[in-house]
Amino acid sequence: MRGQRPHRGLAVLVILLPVVVLVMWGCQPKAPTGPEPGVQPTPAEENQAATPLESGAKAPTGEPVKVGAIFSVTGNNAPLGEPEKRAAQLIQEEINAKGGVLGRPLQVIVKDDKTDTTEAVNAAKDLINTEKVCAIIGPSGTPTTMAIVPTMEEAKVPLVSCAAGMKITNPIKPYVFAVPQTDTLAVAKIIEYLKANRIEKVATIYVKDPYGESGQEQLSTHLSKAQIKILGSESYAKDDTDMTTQLTKLRGLQPQAIICWGTNPGPAHVAKGMKKLGMTMPLIQSHGVANAKFLELAADAGEGVMLPAGRLVVWEAVPDSHPQKPILKSFAEAFRAKYSKDADTFAGHAYDSLHIVISAIEAAKSTEPAKVRDALEKTKDFVGTAGVFTYTPQDHNGLTKDAFVWVKVEGGKWKLAE
Amino acid sequence: MHLADSLLQFTVSGIALGAIYGIVGLGFTIIFNATGVINFAQGEFVMLGGLVAATLVSLHVPVALALPIAGFAVAIVGLLVQRLAVQPLTRSSVISMVTVTIGVSVLLRGVAKELWGPNSVAMAPFSGSQPLHLGTAAVEPQEVWVVATVLVIVVGVQLFFEHTMVGKAMRACAINRAAAQLAGISVDRMNLLAFGLSAGISGLAGVVLAPLTMVSYSSGTPIAVKGFCAAIVGGLGNSAGAVVGGILLGMLESLGAGFISSDYKNAFALLVLLLVLVLRPSGLLGKRTDRGL
Amino acid sequence: MTTPRARSVFLGSLPVLALVVGVVAFPLVFRNNYVQSVGATIGLYSLVALGLCLLIGYAGQVSLGHAAFYGLGAYSSAVLTTRLHWDPWLAMLVGAVLTGAVAWLVGRPTLRLHGHHLAMATLGFGIIMQIVFIEGDELTGGFGGITSIPPLRIGGLSITGDVRNFYAIWAVVVLCVMASRCLVDSRVGRALRAIHDSETAAAACGVDVSTYKVQVFVLSAVFASVAGSLYAHYITFVSPDPFSLAFSIQMLVIVIVGGSRNVWGALLGAALMTALAQQIEKTDAIKDLSDVAYGLVLVLFIVFMPAGLAGALSKGLARVRAQRADENA
Repeated sequence: MRGQRPHRGLAVLVILLPVVVLVMWGCQPKAPTGPEPGVQPTPAEENQAATPLESGAKAPTGEPVKVGAIFSVTGNNAPLGEPEKRAAQLIQEEINAKGGVLGRPLQVIVKDDKTDTTEAVNAAKDLINTEKVCAIIGPSGTPTTMAIVPTMEEAKVPLVSCAAGMKITNPIKPYVFAVPQTDTLAVAKIIEYLKANRIEKVATIYVKDPYGESGQEQLSTHLSKAQIKILGSESYAKDDTDMTTQLTKLRGLQPQAIICWGTNPGPAHVAKGMKKLGMTMPLIQSHGVANAKFLELAADAGEGVMLPAGRLVVWEAVPDSHPQKPILKSFAEAFRAKYSKDADTFAGHAYDSLHIVISAIEAAKSTEPAKVRDALEKTKDFVGTAGVFTYTPQDHNGLTKDAFVWVKVEGGKWKLAE
Repeated sequence: MHLADSLLQFTVSGIALGAIYGIVGLGFTIIFNATGVINFAQGEFVMLGGLVAATLVSLHVPVALALPIAGFAVAIVGLLVQRLAVQPLTRSSVISMVTVTIGVSVLLRGVAKELWGPNSVAMAPFSGSQPLHLGTAAVEPQEVWVVATVLVIVVGVQLFFEHTMVGKAMRACAINRAAAQLAGISVDRMNLLAFGLSAGISGLAGVVLAPLTMVSYSSGTPIAVKGFCAAIVGGLGNSAGAVVGGILLGMLESLGAGFISSDYKNAFALLVLLLVLVLRPSGLLGKRTDRGL
Repeated sequence: MTTPRARSVFLGSLPVLALVVGVVAFPLVFRNNYVQSVGATIGLYSLVALGLCLLIGYAGQVSLGHAAFYGLGAYSSAVLTTRLHWDPWLAMLVGAVLTGAVAWLVGRPTLRLHGHHLAMATLGFGIIMQIVFIEGDELTGGFGGITSIPPLRIGGLSITGDVRNFYAIWAVVVLCVMASRCLVDSRVGRALRAIHDSETAAAACGVDVSTYKVQVFVLSAVFASVAGSLYAHYITFVSPDPFSLAFSIQMLVIVIVGGSRNVWGALLGAALMTALAQQIEKTDAIKDLSDVAYGLVLVLFIVFMPAGLAGALSKGLARVRAQRADENA
């Protein structure tokens, strides 16, 4: 008996080692010196089959320009990551149909971080070391972004994040940029509305996640500076489906308006709960629910909800004279045509980050990460879906509160309210 | 006056919330009794019921028809799970059987995400959304539907176990599997039936819940955790206990969030779970034996 | 070397020796940072799974809250080193002691009882701890988490980058594997196996069942805590997200797939499941169906190999040996 056990352990290990080595071998880059010919079609070839080249454009040739993308395609943040991934794939096709980047085909390598920080770090290392990308867009969430920031800084590869947390670009990190409108800008827009309507007492309700926590933080700092009183704040868990209790408490405080900070489906439950409890004061939501899904979920309880939103959701109502109109229209229509779904804010983040990276590559005339970074920081008046971006060494977010418009739900649709 | 109003509202919404936990707890109990397995895919049964019904309703199938179809469809899924994943492991340890249900839940979630996408899906309430009033407390009509459905199911299950041969056979399995086998009961068939019944009930619960809570591919797990707590607080293995436990937890959450802090809303139910396990492990309604799992 | 006893000791240490060689060689063979960091991740998971493996395989108990112990270790290290500027090693030690104490508090009352009360208690405890990490704003930074956690240091050498972290993590894994093997082969191990086979019989033989079970549970929590500390110093950022029920379940799956009746099962399971997830990500055909593929593989694996990889391998080996014995005879 005594002698048999070690044998067994040894045998297991003998088999374990090759298994690990083999699987790891599979994770290795297939050919360290350039792509293997004839194994996989290059993106250019794929696209020639899928979408014909636009007239006048030269077919991209040569080694592909590789841009990494890390999105939460599965896990908690899947509702963010899925549209981001779709948008990135759409843009890759479009760019290649228009002649690629620097005359070379664009290859966006999308990795799923499963909404997990460890996975995100592994994905970033894979993109940087195996795929040798010149920049990464994403991750979708703030924690996953924060987790890979040290990796990006160490590898000196630029990151354009699709997450909105203040911590990402404040303090400034040389290689880290972000595209979403920040909560601070949204709060500024909300204060504008409150002031204009002489609302002095509000109550807030927010989701217990990084997005809600950050929004609540910004609200409590900036509202008190603007002499607006927060009578009370309540929170709910991301999975909660009933906010009656929290709203009952807020109703007792008699605020003039309720501000809710969250992403679907929570805010729809808040709208429904207010209707149920007969609370008629204005409900102000955050830009996190600026999508068609909120309208569907809240149904008739959503009527009258107001919020600051990027122009992408209401692109049809944006006047033709607005500088963003052409790209909003073309992106929204292309997305709709390809996926039969409306492009939401998150798809817009992928659009902005990818296009900003591409224009930085074009400006740098190089795919060297350091040069791309320098060009990124010089991005000026770039018209995206979220707004007009201007990065400077002091500002790696690049937007102003003009990125937001005030929208209202009317007749089950988003309407411009200014 | 104000406090009394709030108290009433908290209690009423707590009961509606707790009925949901209770019905999921009941689902756990049926499978646990028959097979000794804690089924981690229980929440996915609820989720599937909701998604199937929401799709049917969006295709203009009347709710009265969508409800049984969805329940039946999920029951079939339950039968398949038992046959394909759980039954092959009957001779292995219970831990393997429990783990395989984790695999099943990942699989069902993945399939649901492929079919319905990552976002929540809404479903129209059975009878409008104009709130009803119980004294000063507001109630959504769908909440009444939920509580009523739970009552019907609990009574139905009780009658089934007490008054039918099959139900009695299932109870016999729960008490002593080996003895039941000796008495000529096909334990294997009872296990299959338990999965089908439990899945069907959870599927039905999912349908009545969907208009109230909305439903997405990932909405099963949180509900399963609460249902699991309900089953234990009520005394694992006791079907009426599961429902009572659920309602207790629901009220506790609602009152705790109302009078203490909503930040810890989800901690209350779990704290009670820990307290019950330490102080009265057989559950509040269970007999004081040290039988456990 | 000729006595059976010496031969057995020699053979007994062979697998550990092979593991050490494998660990030393790994970063030299795989120069890619990504592969090294996946290797380090496997090390972290192995460590948590190792403790869980002892608990499941030798004490017959399941924990659904190991994410909480992993998180306690990570947060202890993060808080003590960034706020109080303690030495990382000291912080790791204090974290481990704290986690052990907490595990004792949870395990003591629930392990007295028969059955899987520990599983239910740890399920609740795990979720509560995640809420504590979120709400302990002042200390833990809420969802924003804690950034810029300093690296571990050995003398003048700071452990930064993938290779050094890989070695640091795997050095701990090797130590813990050795400790576990000693434990399993010791008087305590025999007692534990007896408990796993029949608690009543073990108690009748004078084994103090619940004390042994609590000890194993505390030990497994400490393993998880140390893994958490290593994680914090490696990633240099902690937030509440990773310490969820999903992580606890992932670890349980690793142990079951790897095989719980064998210390090596934990390592096998961690390597296989982590590599599998990475491989699914890299295979274009199933990439978009990663959840479905993962779930399917998991179900098939458990159905066809209920004793886990380690169990199946040693069974296969025993069969081969029996055959050979027959042929010889």
